[in-house]
Amino acid sequence: MPLNIDWQQILLHLFNFVLLFTILFLLIYRPVKKFMEKRKNYYKEMDEKAKKNFEDSAVTKEEYENKLKNADLEINTLRENATKQANEISESIINNAKAESNKIIAEAKVNAEKEHNLAVKNANEEISKLVSDATKKIVFEDTNSAYESFLNSVEGSEENEK
Amino acid sequence: MFQIGIKGGANVSRKKLGIFITTMVIVMVLLLVGAFLIGSNQEGESIQETMKDAVLHEHDKVNFLGIMEVNPSVISAFIVTGIIFVFALIVRIFVIPKFTIIPGKFQTILEEAVGLFDNLAKNNSPRRNYFLGAYVFTAGVYIFISTLFELIGIQVVTVNGYSVSLPAPLSDINGAISLGCLSYLVIMMGGFISNGIKGVGKTLKDFSLPISMSFRLFGALLSGALVTELVYHYTSMSIVVPVVVAVLFTLLHALIQAYVLTMLTALFYGEVSEVSDKPKKKFGKKFKKKSVETKGEI
Repeated sequence: MPLNIDWQQILLHLFNFVLLFTILFLLIYRPVKKFMEKRKNYYKEMDEKAKKNFEDSAVTKEEYENKLKNADLEINTLRENATKQANEISESIINNAKAESNKIIAEAKVNAEKEHNLAVKNANEEISKLVSDATKKIVFEDTNSAYESFLNSVEGSEENEK
Repeated sequence: MFQIGIKGGANVSRKKLGIFITTMVIVMVLLLVGAFLIGSNQEGESIQETMKDAVLHEHDKVNFLGIMEVNPSVISAFIVTGIIFVFALIVRIFVIPKFTIIPGKFQTILEEAVGLFDNLAKNNSPRRNYFLGAYVFTAGVYIFISTLFELIGIQVVTVNGYSVSLPAPLSDINGAISLGCLSYLVIMMGGFISNGIKGVGKTLKDFSLPISMSFRLFGALLSGALVTELVYHYTSMSIVVPVVVAVLFTLLHALIQAYVLTMLTALFYGEVSEVSDKPKKKFGKKFKKKSVETKGEI
């Protein structure tokens, strides 16, 4: 054969290479690759878990945001209701107070009228009594003494009034 | 006091270093003088014979287990396989079971080596790449280690009584042909499994591939061996120069050839195992469609 090509030796080299292939495949390549795959899956799982957690947290965040939004609305409603109630209460209090004051004023007016009328009546009665007393004195005593006694009786009534 | 102690220690180590360097220089000078005084063996092979035998291996046969006479490269091949087997066994028993999720230095090297060839297979052949990955891994490791094996220079005695250092297994044409043809067979097998007879046809189209693969490997490794042989043959060149030349040629060839053969195998494997996406022409359907259209026009 040219170049000293020897089929027997080619076959020996082939045998040697196939043997080496078997050794390396079984002892190094397969176990190392298996381990690498295992680690790849481990990190893949971790990644998936992290993604899932992230998605879950996003959902939870949305839920809380919605809750916060609702809480704001609730607070606003409560505030409005409270304001309304307070306004109503204050209005009723004011109205009551007004009614009370009107009533008091009316009563006071009535009382004042009554007292005024009573005072006028009393004064009239007293004046008429004085006039009758004076008339009696003029009739039954002399004019001077009657006049003096009239003056004395008037002064006495003023002091009584005071 | 402490400083004095340190100074004293440094002096002692310097003294020791000085003695070591002086001894080594004396030994080297004695060896050089001896080498020049003794001279080369005039009864040895001439450079022509040495180089011719490095290429053809006509005379330097070695006895293989007392059964047959083989080229020294066959012995090299089996020794390399033995070394790799022992290494792989130790790794399998003591290292791989202790692999951790966060790898250490040695684990990283192993994973990088496997991952490198695995990715090479995956990138070049997206389909059916598991076997290809294992094949290129073995081929790469074999070419790299067996080429570096030449550097050890294990001496064996030929049947003619000469002493030869074991060469790289692939610097022998038989070793190179075996690997080149096996790679071609692997490519053909990939084509057949993926595309059937069409895949085989695709592979056969590149009929020069096994020859080019074999002779590329043979030529590249042999050139390194020849240059190293040439340098070693002359005593005047056998000092310092072989260290640089042999290491450079061997290391570069080991790296380059391991990469080239594995890359080519993966590339051709991917090419022939690729499934063509062209839709099959359905003449009947087309014809029917056309006839319907023409009827409509009428």
